Amino acid sequence: MGLEEKLPSGVLLTSVEKVAGWARARSVWPATFGLACCAIELFQTGGPKHDLARFGMERASNTPRQADLMIVAGRLSQKMAPVTRQIYDQMSDPKWVISMGVCASSGGMFNNYAIVQGVDHIIPVDIYLPGCPPRPEMLLDAILKLHDKIMNMKLGKDRERQITELEEARLNLQPLHLISPGGSEL
Amino acid sequence: MSESEQDPKADPADAEADAEANLPARLGEERLNEPVVRMGMFGVEDTPDTSGFGLLRVYQPPPLDSPRPYGSYFDEIADTLGLSDAIERVVVDRGELTFHVRRERLPEVAAKLRDDPALRFELCSGVSGVHYLDQVGRELHAVYHLLSITHNRRVRLEVSVPDADPHVPSLVGVYPTCNWHERETWDFFGIIFDGHPALTRIQMPDDWKGHPQRKDYPLGGIPVEYRGAKIPPPEERRHYQ
Amino acid sequence: MTSDMPHAATGASDAEAAEGRVYTVSGEDWDEIVAAANEAGDFESGERIVVNMGPQHPSTHGVLRLVLTLEGETVSEVRPAIGYLHTGIEKNMEYRTWTQGVTFCTRADYLMPIFNEAAYCFGVERLLGIEDRIPERAQIIRVLLMELNRISSHLGGIAPMGLELGATTIYTQGARLRERCLDVLELITGLRMNHAFIRPGGVAQDLPPGALEAIRVFDESGRRLLDEMHTLIDANPIFIGRNKGVAYLDLQACMALGVTGPILRATGLPWDLRKSQPYCGYETYDFDVPVRDTCDAYGRYQIRMDEIEESLKIIQQCGDRISARGSLDSDPVMIRDAKIGWPAQLSLGPDGLGPSPQHIAHIMGQSMEALIHHFKLITEGFRVPAGQAYAAIESPRGELAAHVVSDGGTRPYRVHLRDPSFVHLQSVAAMCEGGFMADLIPAIASLDPVMGGCDR
Repeated sequence: MGLEEKLPSGVLLTSVEKVAGWARARSVWPATFGLACCAIELFQTGGPKHDLARFGMERASNTPRQADLMIVAGRLSQKMAPVTRQIYDQMSDPKWVISMGVCASSGGMFNNYAIVQGVDHIIPVDIYLPGCPPRPEMLLDAILKLHDKIMNMKLGKDRERQITELEEARLNLQPLHLISPGGSEL
Repeated sequence: MSESEQDPKADPADAEADAEANLPARLGEERLNEPVVRMGMFGVEDTPDTSGFGLLRVYQPPPLDSPRPYGSYFDEIADTLGLSDAIERVVVDRGELTFHVRRERLPEVAAKLRDDPALRFELCSGVSGVHYLDQVGRELHAVYHLLSITHNRRVRLEVSVPDADPHVPSLVGVYPTCNWHERETWDFFGIIFDGHPALTRIQMPDDWKGHPQRKDYPLGGIPVEYRGAKIPPPEERRHYQ
Repeated sequence: MTSDMPHAATGASDAEAAEGRVYTVSGEDWDEIVAAANEAGDFESGERIVVNMGPQHPSTHGVLRLVLTLEGETVSEVRPAIGYLHTGIEKNMEYRTWTQGVTFCTRADYLMPIFNEAAYCFGVERLLGIEDRIPERAQIIRVLLMELNRISSHLGGIAPMGLELGATTIYTQGARLRERCLDVLELITGLRMNHAFIRPGGVAQDLPPGALEAIRVFDESGRRLLDEMHTLIDANPIFIGRNKGVAYLDLQACMALGVTGPILRATGLPWDLRKSQPYCGYETYDFDVPVRDTCDAYGRYQIRMDEIEESLKIIQQCGDRISARGSLDSDPVMIRDAKIGWPAQLSLGPDGLGPSPQHIAHIMGQSMEALIHHFKLITEGFRVPAGQAYAAIESPRGELAAHVVSDGGTRPYRVHLRDPSFVHLQSVAAMCEGGFMADLIPAIASLDPVMGGCDR
């Protein structure tokens, strides 16, 4: 991608990661991908009461080439699915996806022939946000969690290691894995 | 309760036979001649139905045919329209007038409803399709709702066609708004509108196979999984019918 | 800058290639290109570009795809392609009970969820034959919710109208007023959208304490904010320049294309179903129907703003009527028919919202029949006699109707929502062909289509 990908692991890379993470999280440009009802809540989140502009996110990028974040807001129909994939492919790295609402996360209440049961069948999702539709406050919470994720994203060699670690953890995750409040696992 | 409501063909002099015929157990017996549309109560198909409701039989409601007078402005519309050979039956139900029209005469009836100054049904609200799986020979219905702004009235036209020959003449020449509505009805039910300028899929993807809103097309849901448990999709679950 | 770039010796050049005429442009020679093209007769012979707009595009109200054939800036053909939000709502409703159908149809046109519910419930009530037995308090609450939704829906149309023209202040002002509207809706129904509040037989619950005060406050602040929006938008020369005379659709075209609502009223015909075929007690309310005769996008915008004011009037009247009634036990909000009316009287307890203790005491301790009705209604739902009904209401977009067919069971046999957005999008070609491409955007914005209703 850039110079930061080729730096060797060490203090320099860690400092660059911190700066790059901070910069990327502070100016995420969402791609306008409002599909259905959740798009209306996205629209209200951009309004004056719950203000997306305080995160620098009010400038929605209509062209996917300049967008960082795809908020899939609403139910994804079978006809729209190839278009979604094409838009995702047109976005340049680094890119993140929030699937907003239950319809985007899992098909929602529409368990039928016309709706893709979860947008993660087609594109990789970073944050799943349930709700029908999720309140603007919930969307802001999801965006803040995404900012955390972006800030802690590593670069270059560190990133490869991070990916391997996350993958191991996910593969070994049992469905009924219980974690006590103290943090130790049962 | 007068006998003329129950059976207009009965001989009014035969009061005793009519009293017999009006017993509650006798009323509606003609329903038993209709085909069975539902068996049992819970939609159980794969396992034996132990609920006790397994032998419940529900019969198809008989097709209504309202006698004259229809009431309110309906008689006026029916008289002005005339064309009694184009109309199979007239139903007045829940305060709404429905003309069941023969399919080949549909454009003629619609044109007359639109142009006749006493009728002037200028606006067509749209075409709705219904698939009655149990009415063999008349499965697909296309329902047109017309509105007269001049006279502030509504009327409904209904055309029934069999599955084997689902052709209905298009009303795009009479009401241009039917263009997309007919495309949608073709898309969802497979009713072919002859004379439509461009009868293609509108809601489903262009290469979709099948007509989704027919009763023999599955809902297409997937089993719901949560923490190891699997619940069947909505169309396979047991339900009160 | 082009001054330090080498020019081709002869400026523009053109050559015949396998695909047709090819023009090489090297900078500052646009006039020569145009002259050469005119000479070659390319524009007369129909050099056309086909442009695909959408389905992902900011200037379309949702996922609408337009395939445009352009000659320069002029649109010679426009073909809308819909179906990118088709959800199968109508088919889904056939697999749920009559009451559960409300939660599905409410998500069809998601900017006016109350109207979808109302049309569906009126259809079901007509089939049940209980239209005149709906309690009056329920009717007043229905009108109140419908008018609140009309305001939020019109704002949801006017705000993007500004955003698409590049005027983001109109968008934020509209979102601000819409937020107040959603606050009142949330207080009454519990949700900001997709409320599922109007049920067959009445409404789900009574107005909570504080609702009348909230309505009064909304009324005052709403009028003030609306005046601010008028000041911002009405005389704005750019807004007027982009909307006046644009998207012309006259009465004959509206009749042929089945167009109703503000677009029909912009042609001069004062057709409003609330006045001509009243439902839900609308004949007893005092309001006007705004009409313009300019047939253009600006007229439709003016009608929508006026309708917001009329809705504020109706909301005030509803608030007055409810406060005149007080809140008595004998003033139900659901039909008092044990076989139809939703039985659970909800109340807020220490562990959340649930059946009220009085209701539980009644069904568990006092009446076996009430227990059976409660059980049957919640598990099985009520049965609707066989037949079909078509219930039409005046939604913010036009005539919204539900064609409901029953076969005598606990589930709808077929529900078809006649949605105004679906019908109005057909008229895009009639409005925009022959005009400029830039006029397409305000034209569609003035139609105010919502793809959820269009595709269902």
